[in-house]
Amino acid sequence: MEFWIDILILLVRCLVLALAATTLFAYFTLFERRLLGRFQNRIGPNRAGHIPLPGGKKLFGGFLQPAADAVKLFFKEDVIPEKADKWVYLIAPGFAVIPALIIWVGIPLGNWPDGQGSNWLHYAPIDVGILYLLAVTSVGVYGIAIAGWASNNKYSMIGGVRASAQVISYELALGLSILAVVMQNGTFRTEEIVAGQNIIWNIVPQFLAFVIFLVASTAEVVRSPFDLVEAEQELVGGYNTEYGSMKFALFFMSEYIKLVAMNAIAVALFLGGGNFPGIDTLVAAIRTSNGDTIAYAVQGALTLGAFLLKTTVLSFISVWVRASVPRVRYDQLMNLGWKILMPLALFNVVLTAVIGVIFPEGGLVIHIAMFVIGAVVIGITSVVAAPKRAKRSVTMVSNNASN
Amino acid sequence: MLSAFFKGLGTTFKYLFKKPVTVEYPEVKRPVHERFRGRHQLQRFANGMERCIGCSLCAAACPADAILVVPAENNPEKPNSPGERFAARYEINMLRCIYCGYCEDACPTNAIVLEHQYELSFYDRKSSIYDKSMLLVPVDKGHGDIPPVLQQLDRRPSPPAQIDL
Repeated sequence: MEFWIDILILLVRCLVLALAATTLFAYFTLFERRLLGRFQNRIGPNRAGHIPLPGGKKLFGGFLQPAADAVKLFFKEDVIPEKADKWVYLIAPGFAVIPALIIWVGIPLGNWPDGQGSNWLHYAPIDVGILYLLAVTSVGVYGIAIAGWASNNKYSMIGGVRASAQVISYELALGLSILAVVMQNGTFRTEEIVAGQNIIWNIVPQFLAFVIFLVASTAEVVRSPFDLVEAEQELVGGYNTEYGSMKFALFFMSEYIKLVAMNAIAVALFLGGGNFPGIDTLVAAIRTSNGDTIAYAVQGALTLGAFLLKTTVLSFISVWVRASVPRVRYDQLMNLGWKILMPLALFNVVLTAVIGVIFPEGGLVIHIAMFVIGAVVIGITSVVAAPKRAKRSVTMVSNNASN
Repeated sequence: MLSAFFKGLGTTFKYLFKKPVTVEYPEVKRPVHERFRGRHQLQRFANGMERCIGCSLCAAACPADAILVVPAENNPEKPNSPGERFAARYEINMLRCIYCGYCEDACPTNAIVLEHQYELSFYDRKSSIYDKSMLLVPVDKGHGDIPPVLQQLDRRPSPPAQIDL
């Protein structure tokens, strides 16, 4: 009986997480579209649904836009290309979306102790949580690759091939930047890494790794400016050219959920997860006055809030970059991944190791020194590795010669 | 490399705080220019008489052949328009019309004018034909006096090409 109740609780929790992730996706699209609109001097979608205020004003115009989009996609005609490899074609969206959803169980979304030593907001506290996150994020590319292959369309296939090449290139830099964090905190468990950032967030000692992680994760989720996989101008829609209706929606969903999940991982690894100055004191005060249960709940809500706030800030940066930077060329993409990010990440691993050996007890001064080193290295790299501009020489030809 | 990147970010960030240029169309309509050529109107004189005298010059001038005019003799007791004839039927096919304004130029009494209304969508082809009742302005929206040449009822043929009204 006990066992079945546990299973039931687990199922409900998983359902809540899956629904939360999809809702997050839906509202991230709205967030992005509204923000992109403002960046481009437009308004963005503001028609579907609003909260009327007295005086004719409207609040949250467009908050039903994701629902409208979902309904539209549900009712679109579902077409399977005649020459497509049918079963692979049908399975690909699932391949893409399932990894995107199960990433979330590995991320500590906050700290809500249930009183028995586990955490309501961290679904799977695995010993090698970091490896789990890395593995699952890169499995998602199979969905894209086989979608490109099964569609039997050259544009789709180029998109799929590009996706696999790109993800392999950036996986290394991503893994190495996370490795430095693992060395810094001395653990593979995500919740311990978060707990270790109680005082100083990892972004200070691991600034270099943070920057590498941001760039590499953008490439990993094939998002602008690294969205060569679905470069509209060259490849129609890339790997999802032949997909429509809900199958396209699943690809779209996997892409955005992965993006938010990557931002959430960045928050957990570099920005202190659910830690926020003041939460601990507040929770301690509540514990003395109201008892453990309420204190735990308040702690859970506050840490989750802090986590979501930080994720929103990173998501804002993603949208901002998308609004500002044009798509890179394929050779530039490979250049950046192999010749710049990977050596930098390797350097960072060496730096972290050396400093960890020389100053095993760390301390604020060491952290700040590492921050400065990281910033200086980034600055130097940006100057040294900048693309060389070919010298232009203009030869003047005299007109008299021809006359 | 990085400086260019941050310059780009700075530019977009500046735009975040600017007022969007979007005009929210159904609620806010941009005013059209004075000489904008939109949907046609059949004008009236100040006393409420129709300006159109059924001469069919607009139909002749129309390059898209969008106008149909069927003239009829005025009833002398209760005339629709000054002069001898009036347009019994006056139809414009809005799917054919190219809004060139030649009909305006051709009209000797300034009866047909392309006005500023531009929301002309409809669901079926039949609705694209605007008849006289839709084109004619209300009785109290007339302007201008009837020129003397149109008051000479016994004079045939119809008045000279253009009357300055």
